[in-house]
Order: sequence, then structure tokens, then C-alpha cells
Amino acid sequence: MSGTSTSASSKIAWLFVAILGAFAFGYIALNRGESINAMWVLTASVCVYFIGYRFYSLYIAEKVLKVDATRMTPAFRHNDGLDYVPTNKVILFGHHFAAIAGAGPLVGPVLAAQMGYLPSMLWILIGVVVAGAVQDYMVLFVSTRRDGRSLGELVKEEMGTIPGIIALIACFMIMIIILAVLAMVVVKALTHSPWGTFTVAFTIPLAFIMGIYLRFIRPGKILEASVFGIAGLIFGIILGGQVAVSPTWAPYFDLDGVALTWALVIYGFVASVLPVWLLLAPRDYLSTFLKIGAIVGLAIGIVVMMPMMQMPAVTKYAFDSHGPVWAGTLFPFLFITIACGAVSGFHALISSGTTPKMLANETQARMIGYGGMLMESFVAMMALISASIIDPGVYFAMNAPMGALNPTGLADIAAAASTTVSNWGFVITPDILTQIAADVGEKSIISRAGGAPTLAVGMAQIIHSALGGLGSMSFWYHFAILFEALFILTAVDAGTRAARFMLQDLLGLINPNLKKTNSLFANLLATALVVASWGYFLYVGVVDPLGGINTLWPLFGITNQMLAAIALMLCTVVLFKMKQHSVAWVSIVPALWLVICTMSAGWLKAFSSDPAISFFAKANQLKDLLASGNFKPNAVFKSQEAVERVIFNNQLDGILILGFMVVVVVMIGFTIQACLKALKSDHSTAVEIPYAPMPANAEAIISGTAH
Amino acid sequence: MFENLAKAGKYLGQAARLMVGVPDYDTYVQHMRLTHPEQIPMSYEEFYRDRVEARYGGKNGSSRCC
Repeated sequence: MSGTSTSASSKIAWLFVAILGAFAFGYIALNRGESINAMWVLTASVCVYFIGYRFYSLYIAEKVLKVDATRMTPAFRHNDGLDYVPTNKVILFGHHFAAIAGAGPLVGPVLAAQMGYLPSMLWILIGVVVAGAVQDYMVLFVSTRRDGRSLGELVKEEMGTIPGIIALIACFMIMIIILAVLAMVVVKALTHSPWGTFTVAFTIPLAFIMGIYLRFIRPGKILEASVFGIAGLIFGIILGGQVAVSPTWAPYFDLDGVALTWALVIYGFVASVLPVWLLLAPRDYLSTFLKIGAIVGLAIGIVVMMPMMQMPAVTKYAFDSHGPVWAGTLFPFLFITIACGAVSGFHALISSGTTPKMLANETQARMIGYGGMLMESFVAMMALISASIIDPGVYFAMNAPMGALNPTGLADIAAAASTTVSNWGFVITPDILTQIAADVGEKSIISRAGGAPTLAVGMAQIIHSALGGLGSMSFWYHFAILFEALFILTAVDAGTRAARFMLQDLLGLINPNLKKTNSLFANLLATALVVASWGYFLYVGVVDPLGGINTLWPLFGITNQMLAAIALMLCTVVLFKMKQHSVAWVSIVPALWLVICTMSAGWLKAFSSDPAISFFAKANQLKDLLASGNFKPNAVFKSQEAVERVIFNNQLDGILILGFMVVVVVMIGFTIQACLKALKSDHSTAVEIPYAPMPANAEAIISGTAH
Repeated sequence: MFENLAKAGKYLGQAARLMVGVPDYDTYVQHMRLTHPEQIPMSYEEFYRDRVEARYGGKNGSSRCC
């Protein structure tokens, strides 16, 4: 490259980026207590991403992993034009980003905003540069050097059979919890929202039409079918507005949480046994393109609108453990509430999935693995901005559980909620709450926990304002709800399928007949077990009068970060085996931090004496209440059965957390053992596919000009 | 100018298709022609069906994140 000749001007450019970033951070720091423009947050973030990418990821590439541009990648070794295809790095970046970006980075930052935007912002930025992007990049590298094997196989090969099976079981459990919590986000967003429910239901026949078109009329014309589908979606949103005001049709789509839960469970089962081309594939196309479009639109919207941050930089909930959205202190709970966007263990599954099979050159893993995660972090930052530009009073009225907002069960919910939130120090009038609900075309926005509706209000304000008032607020609100619901449902559908195969693999250890994926009985049994598992957590979360999101989300966060810790432990073992232990701190430091955060969060969730935090303390508190005989049905607990259900559910969650903590401790043991063994050897013991040089016509193969 | 636009459009189409798990068909055909000239490559329709099955058939595990 022309490194030496451009080094002077490039140094000046990087100095400029550093100064700009420092200046933006200085501005944010000096204007504490006053509201600042979101552009400062965005500028500071982008500068951190650039500097992290340019310097830290380059250090990892050259000094830690020692990537080799001449080494053949699995895409060339096994090139079949199908699974293994050497692919242009920009195109592969799009593929990888579309696979990692989901609802996680959108929901976590919204929930975490209750502590103010600054703690979340710092964790997202520091977390992604030293932990999240490092994990994605290193797992992608490790998998690429091993023929694109999956995380489970990698753990098994590098650390042993038992850790491999433990990792598989952990992945399966995490999948179930993710499916439950994502489905709950949809339920919370659609409860008593006929407009939202109609538009989401409308996507099912729309997908059928697309599926039939793609199968029989114009086979495989994805882009044609998707353009038709997107047009259909817009029509569906407009039609939904009419349905919501129709006295005949609205009641059919005005469902409560329990009805929506059953609808989702039945849907999840049916959708994952239907042929994929009919429902899953076309909806996947719609949701992928809508997701990319909405992310780009949101980025442009923020830059055009340049909104002010209304949420304080730091609220009082950063210093106590009684936040209304979720309970717990900043350490460790902030670090598990924001998982995706800072560091997400789930990405280790993607980085060891399809991407390593298409990587044309090892050197490109940096841009795709590290860069792709920075991009997801940017999405999380935009979600944080969207939640912070709305009035904090509205934010808390939308996200606190009903039991906290309206503890005495007043009939006028808006008045009760505004009094409660104002008493917390975020002044809001009932008129504003009813006005916003009217603006977005909903009956009420109070206690719409789960993050999606809050983000939708923020996004609607940004897009509506950036387009100079084009389209109504209610249209953009339902567009945002649909965008989130659509790709969550696709994830639920695809996740149920993936979990089913995982379960069949695990059941196959017991009875080989259950492993046969072409056996209808085995398929239905495994699907039913998977749907029943996440459906159970979803159901108890939805009927939990104390708010299910604040129970399930920490469980999801802890398990996701534990998976990240396991992935980073694997990377550490590989570095030790490569005799690169002197620089292994690159993966040890984030792994250690995640172990500290998840173990202390798990410990508090199990053993804290505060019933608002600990599952067992909550169960014991309610048990004592029943034992004392003083229980009377009230606004929060309508019956004794409701109390008993919450007791049982809290005990189950507590046992799950303890189980996950044991898994982490066992994995630490196996990691140390593997590292010590690697240290004793005087040569590299990494089990990589042996070196082979790149084909001479590699460039021509990638660009499709080989003869 | 128009050549560049056409090239950009082609890349964008490829990127969009790969985002949903369908790699470039021309590249596949070329690969088959160069390395397996004795075999008949799948038609686009067969190729598309094969890729849909591969993406959701569970052989590759989960293809997306939370």
C-alpha cells in the first residue's frame, strides 16, 4: 500500500478525529444539567468507533492474531458456489450486519435510559471497543482458521467434550429465554392496540402471497417480491388506522396480553412446521430490508432533525437500586441490561456461522467482525438517543409497571400515572400523556413496557420531523412498531426452528431416533417442547402483575453476557495454544469483566435481601405474606393464585440463574486447565487447518472474472 | 458514468440477496463451469430452492441474532 507517502496526511486526519471526539466529550461533560443536542452524542460516538477501529482492531490483527493475507480461507478451500463462496468484503459486511442486528440493541438501551443517557453511552462505547467487537472479530478469525466451524464444535475441539456439551445446553437455554423476552416485547407493544395488531396480522397473508409468487409465479425473484411486500406493508399500516377507528372491526384486533400470548404461541408452532418458502422466507426478506431501511432512515433523521436530549445525563436511579423500569444498582445491572450494542454472546454464534464460510481473506475479518459490531453499537446509540429525546416524564410513564404507576387502582390511569411520575421528580401532566396517545393513534401509552413503544414514539418524532411533517405521527409510530414486531416475529419463528434442531441434537444423545430431522413425530415433539418452553416464560411474564420485562430482561442479559464470557474464554484458550499468551489480555480482560458483572448480577438476583432485586427474596416475601394470613386481593394481586404463581416463577428464575452461574464456574475451570496445558508445550498446539497459499487467481474468483 | 451506476446497482442487488442468504447465481454457475465442467449446474429456480432450504433447514444453526 502507499502507507509511507500518505502517512503524514493520514496522521493529521486521525489527529483531527481524536480532537473532534475529545471536544464532543468535553462538551457533553461541561454541559451536565443542561440539555444538549444529540449531535454531540453522535459525534463523540462516531469518533470513538473510528479510533477504536483504526488503532485497536489493527493492533489485534497484527500483534495478537497475526492475520496472514496469503493464507487460504475456507471459502476458497471448499468453494462450492453455495455455502462456501469467496465474497466481496462490502457485500459480506452487509450479510454479516443483517445477521447480527436485531431487537437486542434497540430494547436494551431504551430500558437502561432510566439511569440517564451518560452511563449507557459510556458502557456502549467502551464495551464495544474492548469487548463486543473484539469477541465478534476473534471468534470469526478462530472459526475461519477451522473451516468455519460453529461455536459448539470449536469449544468441543479446543477445550474438550464436556465443555462442548455444556456450551450447547447453555446456547439452547439462552435461545429459549431470548425467544420468550422478544415475544414479550411484541405482546407489550400490541396489547389493546388494534392498529398495531392488525398491521402485524396483515403481514401473514402478505407473506403467503409473496411466498407463492416466489415459488410458482416468478421463482426466486426476491427483490420484485420484496418491493411488492413493502408496498403492501405501507398499505397495511394505512388500513390499520381505518380498522382501529371502525366500531365493527376494531374489537377483533383489540386483544389483551393473555390472548396475544396464546396467539403468538399457536403462531410460533404453526409457523415453524409450515414449509419455509410459504411464510418464513418471505417474511424474513420483508423484515431484513425493512430493518436496514429503518436503521438508515433513523440515522438520516437524527442528523437532519438534530434533536435535543431531554433525558438528564444522569438520573437519581443511577445511584440507588429502585429504578421503576428495572430494579438494581448501576454496577452490575447496567452492564447486563445493555447486552447487544456493547457486547453480545449471541454474536459468537453468527461469527461462527455463515460468515466465515464466505470470507475471502483473513485480513477482511477485521472489517467484517470488528466493524460489523461497531455498526451494531451505532444502532444501539441511536436507540438510546431516540429514548432520550422524549420527555423523561413520558418515558417513565411508558416504562414503569402499572402496579407502580397506579398502586391504588384509580379509574383515571393518566391522572394516577402523572401524579406518580411527577412525585418521582419528572414533572408531567395527564394532558400530555393523553395527547401523546392521541398523536400516535393509541388509546393509552401508559405502562407500555418492553422498550418497543418508547422507541417507536422517539422514532416517530425523529422521522416525522426530519421529513418536514410528511405523514402523520400515528403512521410513523405504527411503522416503527411494525418494523420491530416484524423482525422479532421472524426471529421467534427462525429461533424456534433453530432451537428445535439444537434440541433434537441434544435429545439424540439419549435416543438416536429423535435426532432424525425428517421424522414428523420427532419434529413435532421437539417443536412442541421448544414452543412450550418459551411460551411458558412468556405467559408467566405477561400475567406477572409486577411487570414481566423487569424479570425476564435481566435473565436474558445475564445469560447473553455469560455466553460472551464463554466465547472470550475460548478465544483465550486459542491464543494460549498459538503461544500468543503474552497478548492474551486482549480477550482475558473483557472475559474477566463479563464474569465479574454476570456473577455479581447473578449473585444479587439469587441472594440479595431486597425483594425488588432477588428472585428468592421476592418469593420468600410473598410466601410470608400468604403464611401470615393477611393477604387480601388488591390492585396488584387480584387473587391468591396470582401470588402463588409469582412465587413459583421467581423460584424457577432463581434456580435458572444458579444453574447458569455453575456453568460459568465450570467453564472457567476448563479454560484454566486448557491454558496451563498449552503453556507447558514449547510449540503451538492450536488445531488449525494447515497453511495453504491463496490461489493465484483469487481476485478474479471473487470478482467473478476468472476464466 | 452509466457503467459505474450499473456496476453499483449490480453490487447492491448482490448485497441485498446475500443479506437474506442467497449468494450470487452467476458466480455459482461460473464456479461449476470452471471446476466441475462434467456436471450440469442447477437452474436458478433449483438454486434458489436449495439456498432457502439451507438457510432455514437448520443445518447451519441459527442465522440471526436477537
